[in-house]
Amino acid sequence: MSEIAPLVTEAVMTEAGAGVDELPPAPGKTTTTVAMDFRRISLPSDLILYLFGTPGQERFWFMWDDLVRGAIGAVVLADTRRLDACFAAMDFFEARGLPYVVGVNSFDGARRHDLDEVREAMELPAGTPLRYCDARESTVEMLVVLVRHAMARAS
Amino acid sequence: MTSGAGPERSPRVRPYTMTRGRTRTGVALAVETLVETASGADPRGAPQEQQAICRLCVRPISVAEVSARIALPLGVVRVLLDDMAGDGLVVLHVASTDRPDLALMERVLDGLQRL
Repeated sequence: MSEIAPLVTEAVMTEAGAGVDELPPAPGKTTTTVAMDFRRISLPSDLILYLFGTPGQERFWFMWDDLVRGAIGAVVLADTRRLDACFAAMDFFEARGLPYVVGVNSFDGARRHDLDEVREAMELPAGTPLRYCDARESTVEMLVVLVRHAMARAS
Repeated sequence: MTSGAGPERSPRVRPYTMTRGRTRTGVALAVETLVETASGADPRGAPQEQQAICRLCVRPISVAEVSARIALPLGVVRVLLDDMAGDGLVVLHVASTDRPDLALMERVLDGLQRL
């Protein structure tokens, strides 16, 4: 019965399905056939959080409309070496009014840029959170930032 | 539930006769919308396929599953379910298309922070 309440919360991870793997108890499963990653996290607050990771390339967009339905928000993972690859994802979420935050990859020796410069380069709307993010470690933090942002927008 | 909509349903009945030609529903029913037989629902006197749906949905299942299990096209099932909801036979748990509400997000936030 608890499944009836709108418990499904989704975070769409773009550009690098990585990261969600490292979340603590994840008795989830992975679907690989369509290059989509899926994790389920049981939260201590008696909720089940669903995370969907999908690549940002245009050829995967056919899935996105379903993924954003009822979702809390999205995390766009950006690589400073090719920021332009995020623009389409950002446009997509903005057009649908879905709150999103941007995590800038800080792994693999990617050059650290000043976040303000990154924000400017991305023309990120003011108020949209931007954080450095090692997708292998700080996924939960990014999700907290995202939920806070979504709540701020909703209230 | 092997009987399902079962043997009594003649395959010669065209689906559109069950819906009296209608193809649209009042509410948008997604394939994943959960259907549950209303408590105290009395389907006696209802058409056979509606009775079958009532038996099927004692535990909530999705619109897609109802369609598959009683072997009727999705569009037909949607119309039937819409009718049945109107008659108080089933309850449709239509998910909000809006964003999750604040209370839910607070619980998610709380849960994430306690991980």
